[in-house]
Amino acid sequence: MNERRSDVLIVGGGGAGCSAALHLAQRGARVTLLERGLVGSQATGVNYGGVRQQGRHPAELPIARRARALWGRLAALVGSDCEFEVTGHLKLARSEVEEAELVAYLDVAKAHDLPLRMIGRNAIHREYPWLGPVVVAGSLAPDDGAANPRLLAPALARAASILGADILENREVTTLAHDGTGFVVTAGHETFAAPVLLNTAGFWGGKVAAAFGELVPVAPMSPIMLVTEPLPWFIAPNLGVVGGNVYLRQIRRGNVIFGGGRGENDPVTARSRVLPEPALRSMHLAIELVPALADAQVIRSWTGIDGAMPDGIPVIGASTTTPGLLHAFGFSGHGFQLGPAIGAILAELVLDGHTDVPLEPFRIDRFAATIDANKGDNA
Amino acid sequence: MTVAVVGAGPAGTRAAEVLVQAGLRPVVIDEAPDNGGRIYQRPPAGFRRSDGDLYGTEAHKAQALHRRFDQLRGAIDLRASTLVWDVRPQQLLTLRDGRSETIGFEQAILCTGAMDRVIPLPGWTLPGVYTLGGAQVALKTQGCAIGQAVAFLGTGPLLWLVAYQYAKAGARVAAVLDTTDFATKAWRTGGLLRGGRTFLNGLRYVGWLRWRGVRIVEGVVPEAIEGDGEVTGLRYRTRHGTHHIACDAVGIGWGLKPETQLADLAGVSFAFDPVQRGWLPVRNEAGRTDIRGIYLAGDGVRIGGADVAELAGARVAWAVVEDRGLPVDHAAVARLDRALQRQAKFRQALDRAFPYPHRLAAGMADDTILCRCEAITAGAMRAAATAEVNRTKALTRIGMGRCQGRVCGPAAAEVLAAALGCPVEQVGRLRGQPPVKPIPMRTAAAG
Ligand SMILES: Cc1cc2nc3c(=O)[nH]c(=O)nc-3n(C[C@H](O)[C@H](O)[C@H](O)COP(=O)(O)OP(=O)(O)OC[C@H]3O[C@@H](n4cnc5c(N)ncnc54)[C@H](O)[C@@H]3O)c2cc1C
Ligand SMILES: Cc1cc2nc3c(=O)[nH]c(=O)nc-3n(C[C@H](O)[C@H](O)[C@H](O)COP(=O)(O)OP(=O)(O)OC[C@H]3O[C@@H](n4cnc5c(N)ncnc54)[C@H](O)[C@@H]3O)c2cc1C
Repeated sequence: MNERRSDVLIVGGGGAGCSAALHLAQRGARVTLLERGLVGSQATGVNYGGVRQQGRHPAELPIARRARALWGRLAALVGSDCEFEVTGHLKLARSEVEEAELVAYLDVAKAHDLPLRMIGRNAIHREYPWLGPVVVAGSLAPDDGAANPRLLAPALARAASILGADILENREVTTLAHDGTGFVVTAGHETFAAPVLLNTAGFWGGKVAAAFGELVPVAPMSPIMLVTEPLPWFIAPNLGVVGGNVYLRQIRRGNVIFGGGRGENDPVTARSRVLPEPALRSMHLAIELVPALADAQVIRSWTGIDGAMPDGIPVIGASTTTPGLLHAFGFSGHGFQLGPAIGAILAELVLDGHTDVPLEPFRIDRFAATIDANKGDNA
Repeated sequence: MTVAVVGAGPAGTRAAEVLVQAGLRPVVIDEAPDNGGRIYQRPPAGFRRSDGDLYGTEAHKAQALHRRFDQLRGAIDLRASTLVWDVRPQQLLTLRDGRSETIGFEQAILCTGAMDRVIPLPGWTLPGVYTLGGAQVALKTQGCAIGQAVAFLGTGPLLWLVAYQYAKAGARVAAVLDTTDFATKAWRTGGLLRGGRTFLNGLRYVGWLRWRGVRIVEGVVPEAIEGDGEVTGLRYRTRHGTHHIACDAVGIGWGLKPETQLADLAGVSFAFDPVQRGWLPVRNEAGRTDIRGIYLAGDGVRIGGADVAELAGARVAWAVVEDRGLPVDHAAVARLDRALQRQAKFRQALDRAFPYPHRLAAGMADDTILCRCEAITAGAMRAAATAEVNRTKALTRIGMGRCQGRVCGPAAAEVLAAALGCPVEQVGRLRGQPPVKPIPMRTAAAG
């Protein structure tokens, strides 16, 4: 059989897979990336575009810090800044309890050198006079920002292929196996082989892992996104809230992009769809945050599919069943910002055998016990 | 559960009529304040022009349709000024007076009609440039012309009709510029043999405009609408060189395109129609689709004109009646099927007589604003051309603005296909997302 051989095979061309292709190619590895559709056509290409460190799970912060550094150098790295802009991320509290949560996070941020500034009730309405009266306090992460999600994966993929990586689109991987010496993967009529396999298949990473006997409780999630017609520009920072039921930013062209609630999806066809009730609710919550939006018009809504883990943090690291297999998937609705660093970390794991970022919390087998228990229940 | 009819134009009205006849009480929804649809749109209350003035040779049809609708009012649940902004399985999401309401249905007949198809050209975003339909609406609902000296540019029946209506209403028509070669002759060769009324009317309009001394030029290549802040003229090319005419307003249009967004959101399959050069929702002769409970009729499926819309509306309603297990008037259905077949022949002749000048779209200059909502040029699209229209949209923002590509979509597909050197159907079609038209942020959920 005619096999195409390389050093590393990557399944899935989202932010994680494309950045892995780039970092590996930079270090001279022969890389083949297989993407079912076009690169960045799933979560990485349709998300909100938040490049946010503030509020992340402490375990994610080291990766987020590293990713933020890469975002700052993106133009040099891939030839495009992907419209990344350091707008600051302002996380808002709408009650005393929420304010306490913001204060509590200050310590977490400090431990990871993440600059944060708490803004109290009076100051917040002075600094941001367009905020609604529901807001009682805020916490500003000046280094955070936003970017254009549609540009990231294509830019990473282009840079990787310039360095020699094979980026193959419209290749759906249908069978995966390890024949004792290496991985053999088929996509349509083609067969690919390599000693190392990276599973960066997003939500579908669960399926890839299952092919190697690793069961992961990853569920499809579809955050709802909406966008207004262009309005005069006035909202500088990317806005979030404690609890995350609404988030909102205005791009320079004037459109306000906001999100909240969940849509529905069909992972088999990879289609997802906004649901009307939560979409209307997001509109309402957005107006509560920024009352001036009440007169705007919503021109479009959309969603996508990401993999959600029960604890809200991804699977990153080595397989527990198959040597040479590495996973990075299940980013649970906040992996866009992490993408550029995920590739760097995977490249280190492949080429150096280790990385400085602590990956213990992301182990693939951390739910093994519960899965086995559930299986028992069902049987 | 009920039957819902979206659109109260010719198709929707005839559908409602049959449903009522079969003993049903359909919900009829239209975004407009009253029935009539595009061609037989009712003027606002208090507006005084005779039906003859408003609807011309079609006045008797307009009157018949309006009369029928008025008789139906008590037997239907009419929701006027109500936009359907999304379709869910067995549910329509409607917006009226700032409130969103969910209307459940067992069957929904979508009769959403059509809009103008335009080909962007330099200057088309100037104030004073309207679509032919927009120009006609100004005349029909406000009784005013779009300018003092109006040039009409494009091709197809509507071009000649609107120019005629303007001249007839006393407006000065600076020129009728048809991008089809031998356009006036097409009226004769195309359909007279088959006796299509549309063709007879077309001939009349051409003759009348000629007689009035209106400048008529065929086979033009438009170069630019000129003006600085407002329209002052129009430049075009013919075999004989470049020409210029002075005007202060321009009506443009190259035929119509179906409003297919609701069918798309409902999940109906689409297929490329090589004659009308567009992706159209698939339905069978009766109007059934591959989605349970979704039926289609009229110009919202495929441009066929008002007479076809009336027939198709009645026909699809019988399909609904049948699918609900109610008695069907088979003789009526057979009559409708025969009439629809006859009409299909005229329509083919018309489509052939006035083909969409896709090369004109494909060849537009690089600095032409292709997507006016987002101000993206044809050149920007060519530079970012990728094998698929949604990907190119993602990279350039083309079709991401207020109109969601309803205006620029067909021309953008031609530009992209030409840039890639592939057939236009290969670049795919822009995917629809709710809301089908902008809805206010303060829309409140109700019921
Ligand atoms: C609507 C929405 C809003 C979001 N907002 C934000 C945000 O503001 N900030 C943030 O940080 N994160 C956000 N996220 C999350 C973020 O987008 C994702 O976590 C991240 O993009 C995941 O990247 P990925 O590479 O793991 O997955 P994807 O981008 O989904 O890439 C996986 C790829 O694998 C391919 N694939 C799957 N199976 C196969 C197969 N068998 N063969 C070949 N290829 C295969 C898929 O086609 C896909 O392209 C959001 C997500 C969504 C959906
Ligand atoms: C601008 C324009 C001008 C035209 N002028 C002429 C002419 O002068 N002479 C001629 O012979 N033909 C003309 N036509 C063609 C003619 O309109 C059609 O052939 C005929 O009206 C088709 O009937 P219909 O019932 O399919 O659709 P329409 O008559 O277009 O009716 C569709 C109805 O659906 C409603 N609708 C659509 N979407 C929604 C939604 N999401 N929610 C709620 N309501 C909705 C619309 O408001 C409209 O009332 C014109 C077409 C257009 C677009």
